[in-house]
Amino acid sequence: MDAILLQILNGLDKGGAYALIALGLTIIFGTLGVVNFAHGALFMLGAFCAVSVKAVLSLERVVEDPNQLTAWGTPMEIRTPFVEVWFGDFGATILDYSVPVSILIAIPVMLLIGIAMERGLVRFFYKRAHADQILVTFGLAIVLQEIVKAQFGANPIPQPAPEAASGMIDFGIMVGIDAGNVVYPAWRLIYFVFSAVVIGAVFAFLQFTTFGMVVRAGMADRETVGLLGIDIDRRFTIVFGIAAIVAGLAGAMYTPILSPDYHMGMDFLVLSFVVVVVGGMGSLTGAVSAGFLLGILQSFASMNEVKDILPGIDQIIIYLIAVVILLVRPRGLMGRKGVMEH
Amino acid sequence: MSKFEINRRGLLKSTAAAGAGLALPTMFTSSAWSAGYLNEPKGSTVTFGFNVPQTGAYADEGADELRAYELAVEHINGEGDGGMLNTFSSKALQGNGVNGKKVVFVTGDTQTKSDAARASAKRMIEKDGAIMITGGSSSGVAIAVQGLCQDAGVIFMAGLTHSNDTTGKDKRANGFRHFFNTEMSGAALAPVLKNNYGSDRVAYHLTADYTWGWSQEGSIKKYTEALGWKTAAAVRTPLGAGDFSQYITPVLNSGADVLVLNHYGRDMVNSLTQAVQFGLRDKQVNGKDFAIVVPLYSRLMAQGAGENVKGIFGSTNWHWSLQDEGSKAFVKSFGQKYGFPPSQAAHTCYSQAILYADACQRAGTFMPSGVGAALEGFEFDGLGNGPTEYRAADHQCFKDVLVVKGKENPSSKFDVLEVVEVTPRAQVEYPADMLGGELGPYNNGA
Repeated sequence: MDAILLQILNGLDKGGAYALIALGLTIIFGTLGVVNFAHGALFMLGAFCAVSVKAVLSLERVVEDPNQLTAWGTPMEIRTPFVEVWFGDFGATILDYSVPVSILIAIPVMLLIGIAMERGLVRFFYKRAHADQILVTFGLAIVLQEIVKAQFGANPIPQPAPEAASGMIDFGIMVGIDAGNVVYPAWRLIYFVFSAVVIGAVFAFLQFTTFGMVVRAGMADRETVGLLGIDIDRRFTIVFGIAAIVAGLAGAMYTPILSPDYHMGMDFLVLSFVVVVVGGMGSLTGAVSAGFLLGILQSFASMNEVKDILPGIDQIIIYLIAVVILLVRPRGLMGRKGVMEH
Repeated sequence: MSKFEINRRGLLKSTAAAGAGLALPTMFTSSAWSAGYLNEPKGSTVTFGFNVPQTGAYADEGADELRAYELAVEHINGEGDGGMLNTFSSKALQGNGVNGKKVVFVTGDTQTKSDAARASAKRMIEKDGAIMITGGSSSGVAIAVQGLCQDAGVIFMAGLTHSNDTTGKDKRANGFRHFFNTEMSGAALAPVLKNNYGSDRVAYHLTADYTWGWSQEGSIKKYTEALGWKTAAAVRTPLGAGDFSQYITPVLNSGADVLVLNHYGRDMVNSLTQAVQFGLRDKQVNGKDFAIVVPLYSRLMAQGAGENVKGIFGSTNWHWSLQDEGSKAFVKSFGQKYGFPPSQAAHTCYSQAILYADACQRAGTFMPSGVGAALEGFEFDGLGNGPTEYRAADHQCFKDVLVVKGKENPSSKFDVLEVVEVTPRAQVEYPADMLGGELGPYNNGA
């Protein structure tokens, strides 16, 4: 029971990341009809927003100490972050909270990146074949990751959670299990709650605002909305920006779980596409449900008891489930009729 | 009275005998040895091929390898401060190149993929005329490139490769390894683990699912079980898994009190970070403090794990804080040129370039069989690892092994590991036939 509960929790935080990336992917596909293979790169860029914010906050005053020499004979450098020099303990606290602080920066940055990506490249491929879209966005993803690698190197960059959120929470007690049996990292639970809030916010935005209503109408029948005199293109550009924000926030908040490196977007991209397909192309609820479902199933498949019976199942479970679901429901769990069928 | 007759057979026999007699004095000179081998340098330069990961997950380690090679070439050609050539026990190299030829180099990108690494090595051999290939940051790549060099007929001086197989079941006559291996890591780590954690422990292994991971897991299990430790489970994890939480949570209630992470690079950074996040370092099991072990440490990778490495034991081939004359000379030379200390990958690559050049100089040739003969059984000192021998039977270097621990109070971002024990060479030596494989004959390629 304890082991099962732990794997469900693992699935929820992993599923949260899958769901957030897949949500953006399916919004872009549903509105613009674009298969965006650069979406994983947006997740990675969000993570590097967090890295950049920490790097800026960590800018140091360097004082050379002529009395101490390095192993290669140059004076030793005494480094102190400027925020600590200027603000003392408060500066140290800001540095400690660099990941949550980075969210505030990531929102405008990712919006701009999303809009620039859509206006600068993607819009020229709206009427092209999906294969062309895949090629150009995949190429863009590689360019972006090489730029990040050139700037930040290839090694993972540690990005700790704030000290107050870096401990463990005894989740077992909350559900009536003996103390100490189901303890879970606090930041991972925070990530799950965060992903649920972002997903809820996106749904509320699309459901309860006029902008969202127009976008949903455009997803259903773009031509008719255009005939009503509404500039649907401009709104769809903003939708692309919103999808970039969602992916970016998912990446920024994930950095204490997975030390970011230039390749992390690609690692999530393929899985997220499977999530979208399983959920149903263009279905928002499908993407979210499939994200959590596949995250949990992937965690269960990694249990030793399961692997003893089916060796290697942890590495193929997601694709196996995708095959089964597509055989039973060719449009995915909640796919809409007519999407990607002509 | 004997009759002197000339016939065709007699003439041929006499000519062959006379020819052999006349050639005998020159058989042992460089000009005779230098005849007939692949990429024999004809002009005033000789080309080395540096095959390192310039893209992909190990690109930073590859960049450090390349820095070290460039430094080695400078020193061999008589530029810079000479680095470890000043402390190297062999004085054959005079700072004027090798065998009178200036060393130049070409580079290839292994991408840490066997097929890409073989393609770049092949290109350097066939198009650029490289006389020797060296470098790399993966055992899978090293074994693949070593096979290619054997078939092509050039020497391969392995870079960072830690699997037993490189100089075990997959060893080749044309291949030489300076770096240590998993067998040595196990032998060096076990006594330190016993001293710190006792002999009544239950270990849980998470192992990268490829040749190096299997090799590392086997060696650590062998030596820790000999101490009296039990193995609760050994779980294989896919390479590049990213999130290891689903593999770490079963450890929590498994009854194990030690987690051995047979991971390297990005996997090591992620699995260690996540194991610490799950509270394993602060946990108590079976009335003992839970322990994490990382059998192969790399300072570059340890930097990626940040504070999570504190107090965690592992092994390493070399560390920049060593205080022998060779290490100090290398750190000074490298630090002055690049502004930071070299990694163990840089050290092993620099050493390999120097050892190869020295062997060519002593042999008076670049012919693989001649160079190999000069390296086989070669005993040397002054390259940072103490007295070392290139064992003839398997082309593996035998030297002291370092056991290190994540430093509690680092003084800089480079100061993440501290050497806790220098395990003597005798303690990590093993019979040459233990790991299987056959060297086979040298291939000179012509």
